[in-house]
Amino acid sequence: MYYLYFIMKNLGRKKVRTILTCLSIVIAFLLFGLLRTLGSAFDQGAELAGEDRLVTINKITLIQPLPYNYLTKVKMLDTVAIATQSNWFGGYYQEPRNRFSQFAIEADDYFSIYEDLYSLPEDQMKAWKANRIGVVIGKALVDQYQWKIGDRIPLIGMFPQQGGNTTWEFEVSGIYEAKTKGAETNVMLMHYSYFDEARQYGKGTLGWMIIKVKDKNQSELVAKQVDALFANSAAETKTSSEKDFTKSFAKQFADIGFITSIILAAVFFTMLLVAGNTMTQSFRERIPELAVLKTLGFADATVMWLVLGEAIFLSVVGGLIGLLFAWLIVAGAADALAATLPGLMMTMDVLIQGLLFVILFGIVTGAIPAIQGLRLQIVTALRSRR
Amino acid sequence: MTAQAVNKSAIGSTLVELKSISKHYRKGKEKVNVLNELNLTINRGDFLALMGPSGSGKTTLLNLLGGLDKPSSGELIIGGARLDQMSNSQLTRWRAQNVGFIFQFYNLMPVLTAEKNVELPLLLTNLSSAQRKKHVAAALSLVGLSERADHYPNELSGGQEQRVAIARALVSDPQILLCDEPTGDLDRTTADEILNLLQTLNQQQGKTIVMVTHDPRAADHAKTILNMDKGRLV
Amino acid sequence: MSSSFLQIPIISWMNIKNIPQRLGTSSVAVFGVACVVGVFIGVLSMATGFQRTMLKGGAEDVAIIMRSGATSEMASGLGYAQAQEISHLPGIVRDGEEPVSSPELYVVVDVTKRTTNTSANVPLRGVLSAAFTVRKNLKIVEGRTFTPGTNELVVGRAVQRQFAQLNVGDKIKFGSTEWTVVGAFEADGGLAESELWCDAKVLQEVYRRGNSFQTIRVKLDGADGMQKLKTGLASNPTFNFSAQLESDYLAEQSKPLTLFIKTIGWPVAILMAIGAIFGAINTMYTSVSTRTREIATLRAIGFGSLPVAISTLVESILLSLIGGVIGAVIVYLLFNGYTVSTLNFSSFSQVVFDFAVTKDLIVQGIWFAVIIGFIGGFFPAIRAANLPIATALREV
Repeated sequence: MYYLYFIMKNLGRKKVRTILTCLSIVIAFLLFGLLRTLGSAFDQGAELAGEDRLVTINKITLIQPLPYNYLTKVKMLDTVAIATQSNWFGGYYQEPRNRFSQFAIEADDYFSIYEDLYSLPEDQMKAWKANRIGVVIGKALVDQYQWKIGDRIPLIGMFPQQGGNTTWEFEVSGIYEAKTKGAETNVMLMHYSYFDEARQYGKGTLGWMIIKVKDKNQSELVAKQVDALFANSAAETKTSSEKDFTKSFAKQFADIGFITSIILAAVFFTMLLVAGNTMTQSFRERIPELAVLKTLGFADATVMWLVLGEAIFLSVVGGLIGLLFAWLIVAGAADALAATLPGLMMTMDVLIQGLLFVILFGIVTGAIPAIQGLRLQIVTALRSRR
Repeated sequence: MTAQAVNKSAIGSTLVELKSISKHYRKGKEKVNVLNELNLTINRGDFLALMGPSGSGKTTLLNLLGGLDKPSSGELIIGGARLDQMSNSQLTRWRAQNVGFIFQFYNLMPVLTAEKNVELPLLLTNLSSAQRKKHVAAALSLVGLSERADHYPNELSGGQEQRVAIARALVSDPQILLCDEPTGDLDRTTADEILNLLQTLNQQQGKTIVMVTHDPRAADHAKTILNMDKGRLV
Repeated sequence: MSSSFLQIPIISWMNIKNIPQRLGTSSVAVFGVACVVGVFIGVLSMATGFQRTMLKGGAEDVAIIMRSGATSEMASGLGYAQAQEISHLPGIVRDGEEPVSSPELYVVVDVTKRTTNTSANVPLRGVLSAAFTVRKNLKIVEGRTFTPGTNELVVGRAVQRQFAQLNVGDKIKFGSTEWTVVGAFEADGGLAESELWCDAKVLQEVYRRGNSFQTIRVKLDGADGMQKLKTGLASNPTFNFSAQLESDYLAEQSKPLTLFIKTIGWPVAILMAIGAIFGAINTMYTSVSTRTREIATLRAIGFGSLPVAISTLVESILLSLIGGVIGAVIVYLLFNGYTVSTLNFSSFSQVVFDFAVTKDLIVQGIWFAVIIGFIGGFFPAIRAANLPIATALREV
């Protein structure tokens, strides 16, 4: 207790300096929390990916469609539990900047393959299936556009309808919910049957297939099986686990992620330097006092711990405040950004890493003065007084 | 305090023994001899004043007695312990139990109150918090500063600061008090008060005191006066 | 005593001469500012470089015609007959009898990125010979152009460097079709260098696009060409197309990512700057306290408090300025011209671009440093000015 009191008292010695140092640490960890969260938002999908789900796309690229009968063939494989398909609609609401994802899917299969991530109330499901132009939307879209059940929503799509009209009208039949935190709810789901029937081009094709295997240990085998089915055809496929698929997609941004880490390193380095320098300076001024402590019979290690304790204490206080602010900002921005950067949240990983860095930061900034304290020659230090 | 009783009963017996102690430093290539083949015995209950010009080796001798520094050669025995043979960490522990220091510039922790400053050395003992409080109160009343317990050093006068420093030196009941120019920074009247206090401690508590000083009037308070020059006793 | 204005350089000079005595803390302040300015310029140079690549590709005398509502080339589509009709609208430059118009197909293919060794969406453009006439800055720099009717590719210089298997002579498979790279082209570092080009007819066949295209680029005839073209498009009721300047289109395409980088870059830079300000304040407080006696002496002689304050500010700004210049130079050396590629959200395809540390950015960065120095020196300057002379003289 006495030592803690002593540390606190020492920190209160030059309040302005302590506060400034603490604030630089707050900023370092605020930035840490924000940038790490942003970085992890890019590959968050991979964490939620089901182990037993596979994604099959056209080998050329995700954009290139596949014939619809591929799905029928895949469904016949006895290693496959459920198989369904999805299509990119690529529309926007009123203005190009109001862009969000819309998929044309098959209601029952889609919700059963993603039962771990999403749920839709049964009566809404029923109503949706009964409505040809019905769509279901997630919470992020509800928040952003204030849509509710029964609303009619015109979207300008990338696919023209028969006759060339690119404006499609939909009606909200239900609102689905995420069962897991971080699952995206910024997608509008429409009936594939309606979409395929009404579109002018590309009829009878699907965008990509989602496959749920019976035995997750056989995922790799099933992926090969599926690709083998369509080998040497006009449209060859590439099947990968949902995790790999999401990861490789995230890697398309890879350089951005790498650059974020460089920035973070620079930020940390700068703040470490600023805070470390101040602490070193503050201890240097106190060298005679440390010498007195040693004269009184305090062991070298005790003196070192007093110094280190002060540095760690400051770092912990600043770091926790910084992480807390980061958490508040992320939580506050999550809803606003849900449509563009879905699932933005500060994960436990980021928090734990942050806490480790807080301790490390304290040790590093305190290390030089602590070692100086350890090596301090009493006789010389006492003589340096005045 | 049983230790005090022992101290008193043993007055006159040998506490400190220096046998041909030398100390030299290296200053660049040059070897500087600070202490030369010094022999000295200090008895329990003595009040010794060390005098001499600057650079005569007074402070170095005091540092050796306090276990802050080690002799280059010779035997240094205090209370039966061979200081010259101790490691640094042994010396640290020995200091905590056996020596009280009083400095010219008091060297109090500016961020701690008088009370907390006096408590510092007790952290190195096994005393409980309540026992520590008791010892601190006793030491402060001994130096006549009980009412100033809550004050910070910058709220005290120089003389009061030095009294707190004396209380801090006394509180763990050491065998020997070492004072380095204890009145060097004080005016005449205050200096006399401090010297009287040291004298009282010596006479009534039986404390062994070694004091380095320039000031002949300070030395008058001592029982024994030793003069040093060029690393030797004269 | 001279006017306080003349005192400033005298005292400032004394301060600056004193810096070597406080080298440790001063260099930390310099270094802190260098890092901040470095990150600031670095992040923004990414946005600038991306924008520059996007905008360079856009000519102001070329219109791009897409289906109304389509926000990217990939989302557009038009038939052969429509393409023919559009080409003959007024407002388009003619080369002899033929209008300068280039109907094009735009798809993406998976190609392996060198840095990550994973596949990424690279744009593949199917073109006719007119494409080379519409884009005047495009030239083949290695090998030759593709022979119409064959599975041959010419590739942009930028994409060639960042992605595997795109050297002249390489064979590369997209799906089940094999292509041969026969040439590489440059386009002044513009967006086209991120693309692969092939014969539109071949691409139509491989992708089963019949005889359809996605966009048409036309060369506009004079300043009112665009207006004439728009009127022409509007006059045909069966048309559902809109025309925009290529430069406008690409500017629009570059917006989301540029905005994204800037929305991240600015707050990060500002937060870091605040940190650096703390560093600067600390340094300057130290500076003032080590010079306490000197300042008090000057004041006692009769120097004014304002010159003392300003000289402290001068020192702070000077240190920051040095830091800013160091940061800018380092970032310039490290990052200028550093090539990366990322997915452009708008076109769903990779764009290869270089970081561009421009003069503007460097100037902005240095201003940033000056602001940090000013704020960092402000409070210490006040302290210096208000130093109680009598006590300060007694100190130390």
